[in-house]
Amino acid sequence: MPEPLSGAPLVIAGKANNALVVHALEARAERLGLYPGQPLANARAMVQPLRVVPADEKADAALLENMADWCDRFTPLVTLDAPDGLYLDISGAAHLFGGEAAMLEDVLTRIAAQGFAIQGAIAGTSLAARALARYRNRTIAPPGGAAKAVSPLPIAALDCDAKALRALRHAGLKSVGQVAQRQPGELAARLGQDFVRRLRVMLGQAQDPLAPRRPLPDLMAEQRFADPVVSRDVTAATLLALAQSLCGLLERQGRGARILQAAFFRADGKTERIAVRMAAPLRDPAVMLRLLNQKLDALADPLDPGFGFDLIRLEAVLAEETKSATVSFDVDANARRQVLFLIDRLSARLGESRVLRFLPQDTHIPEAAAAAIPAQDDDFEDGAWPAPADPPPRPLRLLERPEEISHVVAAVPDAPPARFRWRQCLHEVARAEGPERIAMQWWHHPGATRDYFRVETRSGQRFWLYRDGLYRQAGLAPRWYLQGIFA
Amino acid sequence: MNNSAKIAELRHSLARHASGAAGQTAVPLGHAAADRVLGGGLKAGALHEVFAEDWGGGGFALLLAARLTTRLTTRLATRLASARTDRPAPLFWVRGDYAAREYGALDPMGLAALGVDPRGLVMVRAPRPADALAAAGDILACPHVGALLLEMEANPKVLDLTASRRLALAAETSGAGLVLLREGARETPSAAHTRWRARAAPSHPDDDDWGRPRFAVELVRHRSGGVGKFLMEWKSEHGCFDAADHGAVAAAPFHRQADAQGRRAV
Repeated sequence: MPEPLSGAPLVIAGKANNALVVHALEARAERLGLYPGQPLANARAMVQPLRVVPADEKADAALLENMADWCDRFTPLVTLDAPDGLYLDISGAAHLFGGEAAMLEDVLTRIAAQGFAIQGAIAGTSLAARALARYRNRTIAPPGGAAKAVSPLPIAALDCDAKALRALRHAGLKSVGQVAQRQPGELAARLGQDFVRRLRVMLGQAQDPLAPRRPLPDLMAEQRFADPVVSRDVTAATLLALAQSLCGLLERQGRGARILQAAFFRADGKTERIAVRMAAPLRDPAVMLRLLNQKLDALADPLDPGFGFDLIRLEAVLAEETKSATVSFDVDANARRQVLFLIDRLSARLGESRVLRFLPQDTHIPEAAAAAIPAQDDDFEDGAWPAPADPPPRPLRLLERPEEISHVVAAVPDAPPARFRWRQCLHEVARAEGPERIAMQWWHHPGATRDYFRVETRSGQRFWLYRDGLYRQAGLAPRWYLQGIFA
Repeated sequence: MNNSAKIAELRHSLARHASGAAGQTAVPLGHAAADRVLGGGLKAGALHEVFAEDWGGGGFALLLAARLTTRLTTRLATRLASARTDRPAPLFWVRGDYAAREYGALDPMGLAALGVDPRGLVMVRAPRPADALAAAGDILACPHVGALLLEMEANPKVLDLTASRRLALAAETSGAGLVLLREGARETPSAAHTRWRARAAPSHPDDDDWGRPRFAVELVRHRSGGVGKFLMEWKSEHGCFDAADHGAVAAAPFHRQADAQGRRAV
C-alpha cells in the first residue's frame, strides 16, 4: 500500500469487546505514539487530525488466502497463520531455489514487490520460524539451532495471552531463554500444559506438523517461465510436456493418476486450478491432455492469463497402482477401458455428479432402494439386483416425491380408488392389485404405514398408488399419493 | 506395446465383421409381425424416434434401447477371472435436468424386474438440450456402447434437421443403437430411420389381473420398408417383445399387416 506523504496519519479501526480499537496503523502513526489495541478514543485524543478506516476482516482473510495460493508456487504445503501470517513447509524444496538464503530472499522480495510489508525467517519448527519472522526478520536458524536463535527474543514472542505475559513479567522473566530455563512442571502448573507444548515446539524440542490447506499431490511436474506466457499455444505445449514428464514418473512407479490437477499461477498473484477425475488409473499423456483441454473448454469463464502465467504445474493428486499390462490382448478388456474413458470424458464435460450409475441399497423403502453414484467411482460389477419378474412388482419410474391425488372415489373404504385425478387428468381404474403394505423405518423417520396398490387405468397406463396411514387411524381422512409409473 | 494394441483392435474388428457388417446389425424385437415389416429386426447403427403419447411411451423407448444393447455382448472383466459372464454392452441414457422431476426418475429395481441389468446402465444428466446433444456425440464416438437413449422434451431449437442428421450419421459410424425419445413434442421432419408412436395398452379385457407390460405402437415411418400398427408385450424373463395376441380379439385391429410394403410414410 503506497504511503500517503501528506494528510493525516492513517489507522484502521475495528471492534473488540464492544469498543472501537486501533486494529492496524501506518508507520507514521506509530511514531506518534499510537499502538495496535489502543482504544480509538484515546488515539483520537492524542493525534488530531486522524484518518480512520473501518476494518474489513473478511477481506483480510480472503487476501491471506489469495497470498497462500500464490505461495503454492514455492511449496505445495502452505498453511495459514491467521490473521496475518503464512507458514511454508520448504523441506526438500529449498535447493530448487538455490538454497535457503536465496529462497528466503526470493520469497520476501517478490512479496514486497507486490506492495506488502513483509518479514520472514526460516527455522526447524513452525513456531520458531514464526517468532523469528516477527522479532528477528530474515533470520535463518541452522538445523538444531532454533533454541539458540529464539533465546534472546522478548517474551512477547511466545504469543501467549496478556494474562500469561503479565504473570511472566511478575516472575521477572524477560526473554524466551529465561523462560526456557524454568522447570516445565512449574510452567505447566502456572500457565497450562499448552504453553509448555508451544514452548517446546519453539525451542525445536518437539514438532508441530502443519495441516496442509489442500491435499498434497502424490506426484507433480512443473514448468517455470522467466517471462510470463500468455499464448494459448504455449500453455497447451507446456501442458503436454508436463503430462509427458508426469507420466514418466508414474510409469517408473507403476502407478496411474486418478485425480489430475493443473494449476496456473498468474504473474499478478491469481491462481487458477482445474481438476479432472479418472475412473481408472491413467498414464497416457495424450489422453491426459485431451481431458484437460475438454475441461478448459467447458469452463464458464475461460482461463484468463492476465499478464501471463509464470508457473504451470500438473499434479497427480491421487495416484494408484495400475495393472502391469497396459494393453491387453483381450478384446473385452479393451472395450471396457474405452467405455471407462468415455465416462471420464462425459464427467469432464458435464461434471462428475451428472454421470451416474446405480447401486442397490439394503432397505425396503422404495425411494431409497437404489442410490445413484458418480459413474467414475465404481466399476460395472457390484450390486445384486432383483431377478426379472412377470409382471414386474416395482415401477420403472419413481416421482421425485410422491404427488397427492385428488377426487379419489373408492367403492369401499379399504379398496383402491375407482377413479382419481392426477396432474389435471381424470383416470378411471380398470384393474388394481394390492395392497402391499410397506412400513416406514420408524427408528429413522416417523412415518405412517403405506398400503400400495398397482392400478391400471382404462387406457392401459399403470400407476403405483399408496394410501398414507391405516384407514381407521384416529380422525384422519386417508390421503392418497401417486409414487410411480410402470412401463 | 503398439503392436499388441493393433492386434487387439484387429481382433475386435474381426469379431464385429463375423457378426454382420458393422452398423448393419438388425436386432430382432421378438414380435414376429413387426420384425417382418422391419426386415428382420430393428437396425442398429441408425436413429429411431419414439414419440410418447402417454406414460407408456417412455417405457417402450427404454425397452427398445435395452433390446438394442444386445447387438454386442461384452465380457466385462470381473475381479474374479473365473466369474465371467456374457453381458450386453452398456446402455447410456441422456436426459435433461428436469426430466426426472417431470417424468419420474428411474427406479433401477423396476428396471431389473423388467429383465434389464441396471449394472449396464449409465445415466447422464444434461443441463441444456445442447449439452445433451454434445454428450450424445461423445457417446456415439465410442464403438463399444450398446445403445443410447436420448430423451428430449418438446421441440428444442437445437434439435433441428441438421442435428438429427448428425445423430443419424454418428449412430451409423459407431454401430450403436440410438433411440430418441420425444415427450410432448410435435412431429417434425428428421433423418430418423424409423419413427414410432407409442402408448400403453390395456390388459386383455377378459383378464381380471394385469399381466406383462403392453404397448400399442404404431410404426409411422420407415425408410426401408413398410409401416404398421402392433400390439406388443414385453417378456421380462427373455428380455424381448412378443405379440400380445392371446385371445386374439384385441390384437386384430392393431394388425394392419405389412401389405403396405414399399409404401413410404412421410
